[in-house]
Amino acid sequence: MRRFFIALLVCAAGARAETPKDTVVMAKPIDDMISLDPAESFEFSGSELVDNLYDRLIGYDVKDVEKLFGELAESWSVAADGKTYTFKIRPNVRFHSGNPVTAEDAAFSFRRAVVLNKTPAFILTQFGFTEGNVAQRIRAPDPRTLVIETEKAVAPSFFYYALTAVVGSVVDSKLVKEHAKGDDFGNAWLKTNEAGSGPFKLRSWRANESYTLDSNAEWYRGAPKIKRLVARHVVEPATQRLLLEKGDVDYARSLTKDQLDAISRNKDLAIDQGNKGSILYVGLNQRNPILAKPEVREALKWLVDYDAIEKNILAGRFVKHQTFLPRGFLGAIDEMPYKLDVKKAKALLAKAGYPDGFSLTVDVESASPFTDVAQALQASWALGGVKASLIASDGKQLLTKYRARNHEAVIYRWGPDYQDPHTNAEAFAMNYDNRDDAKSKTVAWRNSWDIPDFTRRAGEAALEQDTKKRAAIYEQLQREHLKVAPFVILFQEIEVAARRKNVDGFIIGPNFGTNFYYAIAKK
Amino acid sequence: MSSRSGLPAQAAVHAFSAFGIVAQTAATFAGLLLITFLIGRVLPIDPVLAAVGERASADVYEKVRVELGLNLPLHVQFWNYAVKVLHGDLGRSVLTANPVLTDIRRVFPATLELATLGTLIGVLLGVPIGVVAAARRGGFIDRVARVFALFGYSVPIFWLGLMGLLLFYARLGWVLGPGRIDVAYDEVVAPLTGALLVDSALRGEWEVFRNALGHIVLPAAVLGWLSLAYISRMTRSFLLAELGEEYVTTARVKGLSEWRVIVRHALRNALVPLVTVIALSYATLLEGSVLTETVFAWPGLGMYITNSLLSADMNAVLGGTLVVGCVFIGLNLLSDLVYRLVDPRVR
Repeated sequence: MRRFFIALLVCAAGARAETPKDTVVMAKPIDDMISLDPAESFEFSGSELVDNLYDRLIGYDVKDVEKLFGELAESWSVAADGKTYTFKIRPNVRFHSGNPVTAEDAAFSFRRAVVLNKTPAFILTQFGFTEGNVAQRIRAPDPRTLVIETEKAVAPSFFYYALTAVVGSVVDSKLVKEHAKGDDFGNAWLKTNEAGSGPFKLRSWRANESYTLDSNAEWYRGAPKIKRLVARHVVEPATQRLLLEKGDVDYARSLTKDQLDAISRNKDLAIDQGNKGSILYVGLNQRNPILAKPEVREALKWLVDYDAIEKNILAGRFVKHQTFLPRGFLGAIDEMPYKLDVKKAKALLAKAGYPDGFSLTVDVESASPFTDVAQALQASWALGGVKASLIASDGKQLLTKYRARNHEAVIYRWGPDYQDPHTNAEAFAMNYDNRDDAKSKTVAWRNSWDIPDFTRRAGEAALEQDTKKRAAIYEQLQREHLKVAPFVILFQEIEVAARRKNVDGFIIGPNFGTNFYYAIAKK
Repeated sequence: MSSRSGLPAQAAVHAFSAFGIVAQTAATFAGLLLITFLIGRVLPIDPVLAAVGERASADVYEKVRVELGLNLPLHVQFWNYAVKVLHGDLGRSVLTANPVLTDIRRVFPATLELATLGTLIGVLLGVPIGVVAAARRGGFIDRVARVFALFGYSVPIFWLGLMGLLLFYARLGWVLGPGRIDVAYDEVVAPLTGALLVDSALRGEWEVFRNALGHIVLPAAVLGWLSLAYISRMTRSFLLAELGEEYVTTARVKGLSEWRVIVRHALRNALVPLVTVIALSYATLLEGSVLTETVFAWPGLGMYITNSLLSADMNAVLGGTLVVGCVFIGLNLLSDLVYRLVDPRVR
């Protein structure tokens, strides 16, 4: 028996194989991916994959997001009415199927997203497109011209940035129509297949297991430098680290702080970083009469040791940030007035009528680093007499509770839907209807924060045509928000990818839909 | 005359017994389905939110709620589901966008392969260790076996897996890393059964076979240790009980050698309850190896059901549970059959 076992081991060891030279392998969790249809995909992994399969009309420079550039659109303009946008489609670009990319494909893509009305559709429908009017308002008068009419004259940058989102991907209308069933616009087929023109073609997707991409040698910006990319579903960070160190994967995408520290000492490995737009915050439900007092809200902001949490728990993964617009967004300000000041917090609590503090529950996702941050908050809030009981639960369970407004305080993460400030301004500073059955469930709504004045002003900011004036409005909104909002905004996320040194070029953009593989090269 | 009249009576008894087994199995399935369905409905997770995400507007939410049939009364939802299942349709998974049956066909062979190898290791090592421990009760081997089994029981399998990887994969390089196969060999063998070792052997792809073997050895050994701990202790216990019986004393008085007494007489009788232990251990590995699957990035049934449950993807959970139920029921029937083979009294 012992011989048999040794024979098994020896036999296995002889079969060692490194990752192939023209193939890059990534280890990352991909179990959140439920659809590859750009009109439906809205998860982190799905957005990243779709982004590498499709092109959009326009994109932005991830290092300087104010610089827009044409992807499938060669040029674009807005008419004097501020509502009519015209895009000229780049000639001689082909989909993976070989079909030419035309303006009709772009029109079809946007129309189907509006009519299908899946989760990301709001990014387009917020400009007034409905099932009834979309054929009129989004049209292709000729194969190279796309005309889009919005309902109101919004800030052009707002509209352009919205089109850079995953839902703005252009699908091969001919191919999709061939696979349409009934009135599904090919959605059932596109869930697990692709019809794009992007730098990579989908070779296979095995849910919760892996996806494999082949490079598109005909891509309009030139063929990617690698021939194949494989993403393997590896949840456990310790397993990712072992795979990376042994060279069985080229990238490990979700290592913890301790693992990153260890990896930084390995001469064969390197770490890439990129600012993400995601924000980690504490939401304070205003249904709770104690949390509804402005002094209590402010006191809780003074009872956080931001620096210690960043240094000891989140180094390399999050950086301190206290306003609702992340760095890199139009109108973002880098003001961080709050720090741990127990004396000031106690004075505020006493003013609110709670000199000895109070008790509250804090919901948190039972995953690293959220639980660690929660424990740190629990400890620092206790310095002011605030006794926090932590309730750790699964992410989906937490979301259910949060969306039902059944929490007192919650630690949560918010990622912007597109690169325009309106996405976060709407989430954190707009609440259209504070009733339980409201149609729009913004972050402000989830915390029962009824703010007609903020809502009006943030709405007006989205319509401001002058970019400088628009930025100024957001700056002012954030300063006021910082002081009174029921949000203890804590940190902005940094995405980290550990890699073998012979591989480089992975582009980490500010959005999960702007992580690109096309520049990856392997020596 | 008596034999002629006895035959139809015996046939009737057999038929009744067979009917009983079928009825019992059907009732178990129905109960399993109902309980799993109800558990899914009382989970504090909104299946619609799990499907549409937190940004979905109210109308998108409502549309998906209707699509999933969650607007219907609970008993109607259950009835609709049960009817579909009886027609062989387990529905579509929200998480993977695939028919549940397709998903299960993909993930179950991975688990089956791992659990079978784990059980084989457990049986081939556990039974002999148990026999020796019983024969040398209180001796050195018995004490070592006890400590070895104690570790198998008490060390968290998650930790064991990580330590195994660190030592045998990262440090010594004796085995290959997490996952079922290296990227270079992925999709080389067209699936027949879905079990990579079997498929590669059947296709004569020995390079792929060696690679798959290199990947499965460690997780199977980790599961095998768990199985071994259980089987070796139970073997020892059953065998000690048999060794105290009078027929063993008789055999010894007759002058048979001690090993002959143990192997030919006592062990044979101890095998009867041991078959159930092995079957249950196998079934446990088939549905309960989620932590091993997580550490070894093994895309199996345990991870599939757990992910689905945490996302309230009830079609997938119910489909997976049905498969696990089938496995338990099938293994129970199998152990009954083996009983009949090893114990003449049951025939």
